[in-house]
Amino acid sequence: MNKVPQSELQPGIQPALAAYNLTKIYHSGEVEVQALRGVNFELYPKELVVLLGASGSGKSTLLNILGGLDLPTSGQILYNQQDLSKASEYELTRFRREHVGFVFQFYNLIPSLTAYENVALVTEISPHPIAPEAALELVKLGDRMHHFPAQLSGGEQQRVAIARAIAKQPDILLCDEPTGALDKQTGILVLEAIENINQQLGTTTAIITHNTVVASMADRVVNISDGQIAGIRNNAVRVMAKELEW
Amino acid sequence: MKVLNKKLIRDLWKLRGQVLAVALVIGSGVATLVMSLSTIEALEDTTEAYYQRYRFGEIFAFATRAPLRLTNQIAQINGVQTVQTRISSYANIDIQGFDQPAIAQLMSIPEKGQPLLNQLVLRKGGWVSPGRDDQVILNEPFAEAHQLDIGDTVSVIMNGHKKHFYVVGIALSPEFIYAIGPGALMPDDSLFGVMWMSYEVLAAAYDLQESFNYLSLTLTRNTLPADVLNQVDVLLEPYGGVSAIKREDQISNWFVKNEIEQQKSMATILPAIFITVAVFLTNMVLSRLIATERTEIGLLKAFGYGNFQIAWHYIKMMLVIGIIGVTIGSVIGAYFGRLNTEMYAELFRFPLLIYRPSPYAFIIGGLVSIIAAILGALTAVRSAVKLPPAEAMIPPSPGIYKRTFLSSLGLARLLDQPTRIALRQISRRPLRSFLTSAGIAMATGLIIMTLQWDDSLSHLKRVYFFDSQRQHITVGVVDPLPLRAIYDFEKLPGVLTAEPIYAVNADFSFGSKTHRGGITGMQPDSTLQVIYDDGRKQSIEVPDSGIVIASRLARKLNIKIGDVMGVDVLEGRRPELLIPVVGIFDSYIGLPTYMNLDTLNRALNESPSFKYANLLIDPLYQDELYAAFKNMPKVSTVMLKQSALDSFDEHLVEHLMVFISMFTGLAVVLVFGVTYNSTRVALSERGRELATLRVLGFTKGEISYVLLGEVMFLILLGLPLGCLFGGILVWSMAQSFDTEMYRIPLVIEASTYGYAIVWVVIAAILSAALVRRRVNKLDLIRVLKTRE
Ligand SMILES: Nc1ncnc2c1ncn2[C@@H]1O[C@H](COP(=O)(O)OP(=O)(O)O)[C@@H](O)[C@H]1O
Ligand SMILES: [Mg+2]
Repeated sequence: MNKVPQSELQPGIQPALAAYNLTKIYHSGEVEVQALRGVNFELYPKELVVLLGASGSGKSTLLNILGGLDLPTSGQILYNQQDLSKASEYELTRFRREHVGFVFQFYNLIPSLTAYENVALVTEISPHPIAPEAALELVKLGDRMHHFPAQLSGGEQQRVAIARAIAKQPDILLCDEPTGALDKQTGILVLEAIENINQQLGTTTAIITHNTVVASMADRVVNISDGQIAGIRNNAVRVMAKELEW
Repeated sequence: MKVLNKKLIRDLWKLRGQVLAVALVIGSGVATLVMSLSTIEALEDTTEAYYQRYRFGEIFAFATRAPLRLTNQIAQINGVQTVQTRISSYANIDIQGFDQPAIAQLMSIPEKGQPLLNQLVLRKGGWVSPGRDDQVILNEPFAEAHQLDIGDTVSVIMNGHKKHFYVVGIALSPEFIYAIGPGALMPDDSLFGVMWMSYEVLAAAYDLQESFNYLSLTLTRNTLPADVLNQVDVLLEPYGGVSAIKREDQISNWFVKNEIEQQKSMATILPAIFITVAVFLTNMVLSRLIATERTEIGLLKAFGYGNFQIAWHYIKMMLVIGIIGVTIGSVIGAYFGRLNTEMYAELFRFPLLIYRPSPYAFIIGGLVSIIAAILGALTAVRSAVKLPPAEAMIPPSPGIYKRTFLSSLGLARLLDQPTRIALRQISRRPLRSFLTSAGIAMATGLIIMTLQWDDSLSHLKRVYFFDSQRQHITVGVVDPLPLRAIYDFEKLPGVLTAEPIYAVNADFSFGSKTHRGGITGMQPDSTLQVIYDDGRKQSIEVPDSGIVIASRLARKLNIKIGDVMGVDVLEGRRPELLIPVVGIFDSYIGLPTYMNLDTLNRALNESPSFKYANLLIDPLYQDELYAAFKNMPKVSTVMLKQSALDSFDEHLVEHLMVFISMFTGLAVVLVFGVTYNSTRVALSERGRELATLRVLGFTKGEISYVLLGEVMFLILLGLPLGCLFGGILVWSMAQSFDTEMYRIPLVIEASTYGYAIVWVVIAAILSAALVRRRVNKLDLIRVLKTRE
């Protein structure tokens, strides 16, 4: 912790989730890819953070590690004083089950389950979920509950994925390019849904995007480049998602 | 219901084709096991029940003429329960309109009703009437073969006199389940029959009043037959007794038990091979199925599902498939088992049939397969679960394709794009491709193994009936005839060559090992019957002195050339001889031994004589010859090679063919399961790629080729491997199928490979056609939109 540059962190506030000196090296065949090169990052309660960066800069890698989907090569991830980088497989599973909601670029709905069931899949194993219907209402899909993914548009599928992510009432919502596969209008609908969750439920939220416009809806914007944090800026005002223009 | 269970059900439904295919693979393994085990069980239960209900004797002994009063003495022997004494004799019979010489074993029965032991199952008509000397009960197969019914007459040449009998009853007997004529290899219902007539008739005809020549008895509980055998021998010795035999050595029972034994070896070997292959295939198919579920596994993990929950989810999937498979297999197995048992029941004419497979067969089959399926799934699930969730969700990575030696050869330029894609797919996943080929190879091997039975039997038949025996007819005589009497046979109408044969039963011993068998005496210049060495595929010389024995007998006695074998002759003066083994040869059927006719005669202290004459005849004079035999009282049996051949075909080949068809059918199902799954999994793995190709303008035919081409290449690779594997299976079958009755020759005809290949190709085409239908229905938009 001693080497952490203060500029990247906000002293005095207890972070909801924090990562220090994270590195991640992928070995694929004989090639080594250094995806993260010493990242320090704190996520504060109830904030909405946008992670910006070019493709291949290491955003997904960082998010996956923060969400307990993957382990870093070195470094620490702290959640409630617990170091997730040393957590057992079981502890990581509990962490994901109870505290984290994921939204992916390609929605990743289970094709054989309806919208409702995709959400129920998660609420069934969560300790204090909201009802799947309520979650789908939150993303304005109450009327499409019993449709299968193949019967939904991309934007609708992504909103189901958001409902699925927030139905467990996670402490942290992690979204990896949630609009990446969507057109502008649909993208904004999805961002609105995320914004709603963040504001209404106070869920700490991190959104990955390479779309700079999206950054203006955040409390903080973190720039990632070549596996490192290149800069952090605080937005004085958050632009409403529906007012975003690109 | 848990959402995960709904997913399970929907996934199973979506994959129903594959589920069914895997279930069929598992099922065919289970079916073989259930079929074999239940057949054996039913056969054993049925014979046991038959024997008990009709009081089949436990010890049998022949004598020439023993007084009836001996019965009491025999009954006094410790451990004897019931004694039955009777008269039995072989006789030629004359049936209107039947030219061939048929013989019958005449058996005496009490006039007043069922004998104490070896009772008859009266199928039609009634018992012989007291005081009548012209009534007979026929055994059913013989009556049917000659369409004889109640009221018809048959003529029997008894002691040189022709007598007419009315058929009053038609019956079966536990003593003659396998009614086999003296010296015959297979039963022949038209040439050999059993006739029961009243004791008085037989006693009068054979001058055996107040006497018997055939004894049967049962033992009290916990009595060992061996203890009684000796005492019976001692009592009968003065009356020309031939050593008593126990039930195991009774000819009909021996054949029946041998048949059951044969089923048993099949019940262990074939299903074991089937299940091994099925397990392997199940694993292969399941691991590919689970591999396509990577993303979903990753996703479930991301949501916080634990490893155990995920593993359990897939295990449930396997359980469902396994249970479907076991159910299908049990039903098919029970059905085939029943069919198989009924066929045996018909062959053996069991008057009752007990087919009550115990749960045992099903439980074994079910447990083995389900555990195997789960174990197979476990490895696949484990490797999927082990992946970190993030990695499991990475889009199906654009695989690392390398330039292979194929492309470096410049050969690639000759290939079109679809072919290249198919070939690269194979070289990218060499292990999986190999496993698919191996699966096809195994299934091919199974088909070869089952089809090859026909080859073996045909070969066996050719060697036994043609290479080693060239005679058309073998004639047995009542008492040994002097050697010069062979010329009498040569002079008969139509006889081209006649050669004398002497045969004697004997107990062989060496060290502590013994075997009850027989010696055949032949003249060195014999041309009709030769000592054929199945190993060297040529005949060997009849030795001047000493004995040549079958290699399996040599193994059984642990004796080698140069050793001196103990030979206790069981007939005549019953000499105990020591004869050197001078040669060993391979034989498929039985454990024969041969000696020079003269040497044998001398060893027995008899003048040069023979008991059988082998005849080569001119078929034109066949009828005249048969007529001549009927008037030769010296002739006791006539064996026609043709009818032996026919009954070999009928009993062994036909029956086995049905059995083989069942196994072949199951093996084809296996092939279908493997090919369908390989293609189907390939389709789900590569749906996006194929849809993309379609979008790029490839035709349905072309993308089907990309998909099916891969499988086609794998099949092409699998077929020669399969032929190799089939060869290995056949070899190991031949190794384990080595009963005293026969050994299975290791022969695989080229056509068998051909048929196996054709079956595999048909199964492959069928599964390709099914998958092709799916390719045609490929929904481009949907495949590209969703990421499964
Ligand atoms: N499983 C993996 N194996 C090897 N390299 C990987 C793997 N995942 C990501 N990478 C590499 O790590 C780098 C960062 O990837 P990623 O975090 O996905 O970038 P981003 O999400 O910012 O586009 C890239 O160069 C990528 O090729
Ligand atoms: Mg990314």
